[in-house]
Amino acid sequence: MTGSIAAIGAAIAVIGAGIGIGWIGGKAMESIARQPEAVNDIRSNMILMAALVEGAALIAILLSFFA
Amino acid sequence: MYMNRIFRLSKIVFLAVILLGINSHRLLAQDHEEGGHDDHTEAHHGEAGAHEDGEHVAEFDPANTAFHHISDQNVYSLGFADIPLPCFFYSKSDGWNVFMSSKFGIGHHGNGHYAVDGYVLVESIARRINDESFPKGKIELGEHPYVFEYVTVDGKEKEKVSLSYEGKLYPLENKSTLDGGLMGGGLTSFYDFSPTKNVVSLLLMVLLLFFVFRKIARRYNEDAYRAPKGIQSFMEPIFIFIQDEVAKPFLGHRWQKFLPFLMCLFFLILALNLYGQIPFFGNANVTGNLTFTMALALVTFFVVNLNGKKDYWMHVLWMPGVPVFVKPILTVVEILGLFIKPLTLMLRLAANLTAGHMIIVIFVSLLFIFNDAGQNMIGSVPGLALSVPLTMFMMALELLVALVQAFVFTILTASYIGAAIEEHH
Repeated sequence: MTGSIAAIGAAIAVIGAGIGIGWIGGKAMESIARQPEAVNDIRSNMILMAALVEGAALIAILLSFFA
Repeated sequence: MYMNRIFRLSKIVFLAVILLGINSHRLLAQDHEEGGHDDHTEAHHGEAGAHEDGEHVAEFDPANTAFHHISDQNVYSLGFADIPLPCFFYSKSDGWNVFMSSKFGIGHHGNGHYAVDGYVLVESIARRINDESFPKGKIELGEHPYVFEYVTVDGKEKEKVSLSYEGKLYPLENKSTLDGGLMGGGLTSFYDFSPTKNVVSLLLMVLLLFFVFRKIARRYNEDAYRAPKGIQSFMEPIFIFIQDEVAKPFLGHRWQKFLPFLMCLFFLILALNLYGQIPFFGNANVTGNLTFTMALALVTFFVVNLNGKKDYWMHVLWMPGVPVFVKPILTVVEILGLFIKPLTLMLRLAANLTAGHMIIVIFVSLLFIFNDAGQNMIGSVPGLALSVPLTMFMMALELLVALVQAFVFTILTASYIGAAIEEHH
């Protein structure tokens, strides 16, 4: 059972990123419902933000590989 | 209308089931042909993993199959045929060795039947025998010459591959990688400069994009206002989308200078992502390869920082508008950020694509888990019932991921460039 602590760390990172991306997606849906004409701006910003949040999780997962 | 769609879908499902069924039969036939050999150390390791050696039945290892699937190889394997690729090896003691990988005599699982000048092919990947006493030239190897074992080095389990030849075990070395041992590589006795599966796929896609875009560009050159035709009408909306949604909002009035770079990134990544998704066509994992994404991220890094204006460097080195005692802390953070940005670009693309490839392989592996690697044909019924819908769902999702990841890489690059070229207002 080597490396199991690192796996738990990766899992925690993924939970955090999941909450973050879910939040971003939910808020984007809300804003699209409020202002459907701004859908293009909201969509690209949503993807950008989700990608940035994902980056933090990826770094955590990479660190868990090396740990 | 809907009936028509459902009918079409059911045809695809049927085809997938037939293909999987045929493959499973083929594997089963091979297992019986190979029955009776005595080397079971190798058995857990194959792509199909199904070897029958008398009383001992080896287990199928889906994780190993998945890792084998995503690795770069010296053979372009189509499943039913192996296309040999040229090999260019360099080692300090032997100098250059150039030959086609067909000289290895590619057999089952991509294992070579011959050793050529001290090089062997193990699971489609070339390795070297670092032992001067091993004879040079083309040497025929015995039945199942490769021995796999796991050794623990510094608390980490590592795979060790050896070659058994005339009663002696020769350790095999992997090619050198420049990761400094971080990813388990490091410098070994030889360098592999061959055009591997990934390189060939990359060149194919570059050529395809070149010819497609040259054709489209020619039509625009003739008459820019003519209605688009053929492949042009497919590419134009995508191009316009990237131009209007990515380049213009993020780059301001200087968008035209960076548009070609963004388009190159987007279409190259998209083409390679989609090419890797085609079933039974090599499934090259080019954009899931850290080396390839590192090259892309390095290009982005240089484009961003070489185009950085005074304001950008001021924000990095001495952040305006914050108290003086915070400035040095922010400088450290910003300088770290310079390198973390391309690092996350590199990791995001590679991790997403690699994960997708591995999940598809593992879902296909469900069939072999349920039918005990071809031993239990009744088990294939629930295996098929699970693996076919799950695989098809994942493949549909992967098409989406291929688009989104290409888009994300492009939009992030555009936003980094946009932040670097912004003038003070």
